[in-house]
Amino acid sequence: MSQRAPNLSVVTTAPSTSRTGRPHPAPGPAADEGLARRLRALACTAPLHDLDVRKANLAGEFGKYAMAEVALSAIDLVTLQMDFDTGADHEEIVARLLPRIAAQAPGSPSAEHDRVARWVLENLINVGSVDRGFRAVYGTFGPDGQYVRRDYDFKLIEEVPGPGGGVCLRTTDEAVNVLVGALDTDVTSAQIAAEVKLEVLVNRGRLADAQLAAEQARYRTVQYAETLRRTLDATRRNVRAVDWLETVPDMITEALDHVADRYRHENAILTNIRRVRDDTSHQGHQDTPQHRARAAELVDIVKDCIRRHTQLQSRLLDAGPVFRAEQDRQAFAPPTAHSGLDLYGQLLAPLLGEPVERAQRVTDAFFARGTGLRTPSSVRLGDLTDLLFTPPAPREHLGAQMPEPDLIATPDDSRFSEEQLAAATELLDLPVDAPRRLSGLLAEARRSDPELPYLVALMAVHAASPPVGTAYRQGEESLLFAVDDGTELQDREFGGADLVVGTARLAAAQMAAARSETQG
Amino acid sequence: MSEYGTESPQSAGAASAAPSALSPADAADAAKLVAFGLQPKLLPARDAEYADILRRYREEPAFARVTDAVATGLGLIVLEVSQRAGMVVTAAEDSVFAVRMGDYARRASTDSTDRFLHGLAHLAVAAMAFPRPEDLADDGYIGRITVNGVDSFVRQACRRLEERSAEQGENTDPGSDAPGLEAAWRVYARRSATGATKDARRLAGSTTGIIGKAVAFLTDSGFLQRTGDDSGGTYRTTARYQLQVRDMAGSAALSELLELGIVPVSDGTGSLLPPGVDELELVEGAGLPFHQDSGQALPAQRHG
Repeated sequence: MSQRAPNLSVVTTAPSTSRTGRPHPAPGPAADEGLARRLRALACTAPLHDLDVRKANLAGEFGKYAMAEVALSAIDLVTLQMDFDTGADHEEIVARLLPRIAAQAPGSPSAEHDRVARWVLENLINVGSVDRGFRAVYGTFGPDGQYVRRDYDFKLIEEVPGPGGGVCLRTTDEAVNVLVGALDTDVTSAQIAAEVKLEVLVNRGRLADAQLAAEQARYRTVQYAETLRRTLDATRRNVRAVDWLETVPDMITEALDHVADRYRHENAILTNIRRVRDDTSHQGHQDTPQHRARAAELVDIVKDCIRRHTQLQSRLLDAGPVFRAEQDRQAFAPPTAHSGLDLYGQLLAPLLGEPVERAQRVTDAFFARGTGLRTPSSVRLGDLTDLLFTPPAPREHLGAQMPEPDLIATPDDSRFSEEQLAAATELLDLPVDAPRRLSGLLAEARRSDPELPYLVALMAVHAASPPVGTAYRQGEESLLFAVDDGTELQDREFGGADLVVGTARLAAAQMAAARSETQG
Repeated sequence: MSEYGTESPQSAGAASAAPSALSPADAADAAKLVAFGLQPKLLPARDAEYADILRRYREEPAFARVTDAVATGLGLIVLEVSQRAGMVVTAAEDSVFAVRMGDYARRASTDSTDRFLHGLAHLAVAAMAFPRPEDLADDGYIGRITVNGVDSFVRQACRRLEERSAEQGENTDPGSDAPGLEAAWRVYARRSATGATKDARRLAGSTTGIIGKAVAFLTDSGFLQRTGDDSGGTYRTTARYQLQVRDMAGSAALSELLELGIVPVSDGTGSLLPPGVDELELVEGAGLPFHQDSGQALPAQRHG
């Protein structure tokens, strides 16, 4: 406590000093920016931890599953399944998660494994919430030194429209960053770092780490493809929304260079790995089978990387024609003599930057005038009567029949019966002016029931420290108490002090007076 | 017989010559024309009686005035009467025909975020249907939209705002105790685009669900026609929708925006970029986004 106090005082006094204008290294927005970024990154991991906390609330025995592990593996799978145009299929992800879940609890039925997979996936999407996302609250100091609590909204796996009207899963940038662990880094430089690492690792023959680095390289490639896909999408809608003069050509050139570079690089790696694989098989190391299997896996990964690069390259080469076709369509259409309202430029775009409270006034106005008319329906009494007398149509979709719950009566495992409690209470109902020794009470109890002394002893020990305050507040008039005066208990079943047990009377009248005073 | 004679086209000239001689039968016809207007999916090309009365409206000023009066009395505004669009009427502000947000979406009456998203969906559908000012002005233009297209178009706009504020180093995460001050683009961006449901229908609270509701409603209003099921449903616009957006909704929203103190400046060309917010100055009429020399500014482009 003594250590924490000064820290708190620094935080609370900082705003006041900055307001008075004295030079002070206040925790301003600049200092807070890095903190906010790290807090957001930290928040992205919270849903994973939360899974392991909340698994206890599931009906059934789910403690044996490592939910965070399943969740990370699900994010992995979705990221790798994410192709250039589509996302990952929900069912396929569930199917691919099952082997890992089954390995965690081999004894459990496969229905339970399936349930775990779906539960984890649904929680990563956060199906219950309106936005299907997560929200974390954190605080920062504003420019005026004011402490502001802020909401950070993020998603880990999002659902996007897939081909054929289906729903596909994509991992968000946040999820990829959490997963890869490369928070707040430049994509290109991280790529180069991974490459260097891979080369070194392959040379040293440390294939396990090489595999990890190759997988990381693949995540990066997916990210590149994603950026390009978004740009092309935007171009199809509106050529001018994307800077085709500098930004996009630069990006395409850069990406093409990158693909060429990666292609050369990965082919070299492939040759290298194949040589390592064949060498190990010739030299007959002890760990050869494992090494070979790992090298073979790595070959697959690098091959997949090359396939993705080729795909990216063909899209990059298509980008130019896409732009020119869209430009023909959008820009060279004959202009009309008169012009109207620019719905996007003059209404939608300025609106989106406004606070939602203000923007809503504009959307309300548009809605009121832009929806046209509805003819209000008026009911004739004759129709209404007919309608009310029509028997309801049988519903087809009532859902599955509820199974009859199989109830098992819990056995009554109380140590003492109600009668014994009544007998003990009666025995301990002592007159106020005549306290008794525990030994006497025990002897009397033993005469009626051999079990009763245990209950009496228990109640007497409990009375050794009576909750006087509680009884006083609840308006009790008397209270059982037990006092140790140093005498030792001589009993064949119990040891310890021979307590003096008695009833104390509480001043009820004074209590009532005190209560009414505090209330008044 | 003579009072029925006014119905026949032969005596139309006589009726226009004596405007005071309009009979109750003429009033019935005028009301019928308004009733046709209340059925927005009905087109004069498909209904001979509709086409006949419509022709009378255009040829007899007196009949036209009575029809307008009937519409006004019912709380309707006549936007256009033409062969291509028919009798285009829309509801005046507090008429019984007006659509109220609370009736439109139940959640919208309690949740201001949902209210905003529903309104925004309608605006976005219009902006996507008429992407350039010329498209809105050109009577022959037919816009084509898809539900997923509208969603990704708004998301793209949101992403641009997000990138810009990230460049400026702003922290756009809203304060927890002032949710109304959250930027509008964030509200849209954080709502999920779609979602799996138990009965394979579209998730009502997702953005494609909200846009899907808007286009379905507009289709019922005779503003859109469904043409296919690709990309969440494809639609094309009708002449009525263009009139409604151009003459009613667009100007109403713009004046509300001006009242908020936001003055969007347009150079009259189809800049789908928000003006003044992009450093890229475009040369007027150029197909390619050429940079304009900073020294010479075309008159049409001078902002403010």
